[in-house]
Amino acid sequence: MKWLLLSVIVVSTVISDLLQSRGMKIAGGTSTSAPGLGRVLSLIAARRDLALAIVLLAVSFFAFLALVQTEPLSFAVPASAGSFVLETVLAKTLLRERVAMRRAMGALLVAAGILLVAR
Amino acid sequence: MKSQPEKVQCATPERPRRAPANSAVTAGSYGLVLIVTLLKPFSNLFLAWGMRQFSEVLALNPAAYLRAMLDPLVALGIVMQILWLLTRMSLLSVADLSFVLPVTSAGYVLSTLLGRVFLHEQVSAERWLGAILISLGAALVASTPEKTTEGTATGK
Repeated sequence: MKWLLLSVIVVSTVISDLLQSRGMKIAGGTSTSAPGLGRVLSLIAARRDLALAIVLLAVSFFAFLALVQTEPLSFAVPASAGSFVLETVLAKTLLRERVAMRRAMGALLVAAGILLVAR
Repeated sequence: MKSQPEKVQCATPERPRRAPANSAVTAGSYGLVLIVTLLKPFSNLFLAWGMRQFSEVLALNPAAYLRAMLDPLVALGIVMQILWLLTRMSLLSVADLSFVLPVTSAGYVLSTLLGRVFLHEQVSAERWLGAILISLGAALVASTPEKTTEGTATGK
């Protein structure tokens, strides 16, 4: 169960990040100024991808609540850093980004750390 | 409001952005960095503390989650998460994300420490090493330069 909850946390966080990134870039193309809180709220209301990003953040939060109810905090928080690994893999495979050596090394360190934390 | 540092709320695609022209990190900024770094692990601590005292098992029932959020410790954790988000936004207005994220990635080790001290969790040497590796790795990932695609500024 803990791996299922952890997967929900990691996957929903990553998809939320991607949706936020895409949504804010598309919305940001129409303005040269940084969005204030009011504009961010109106953007969320107007754009489905941003609204979905918020919903996914909530899913991630509730899955975290369920995880820490039964698992140690010293496992739940470090292991949730798996989002760094998944984002790096997706950046390389799905988005075909050039992944810098530093980022790849960082993702490898996080993956190794998760293996140790889970033992 | 991801409880993961970031990730939970952490690995945001908006990689290090340019700071304002006069972006020298002031003493006030260091104070904000300290607050941001401490708020997240402590909010996670209160969430975990509250959830351990919540007798109902969380499943797919939304009402159980709402009841859990009414627990004083869980509510305190949520308030601290909101404060963390606002403080972090404030910090980002005066300091580079490439400075903020690596520093705040220490939160993974801090959360482990708080779990050990306040929740009396058994933390093995392997788990300590794992948390340290994760903090270092997150700092490396977070300090990657912003532009990762050729020709455009679209990034991710």
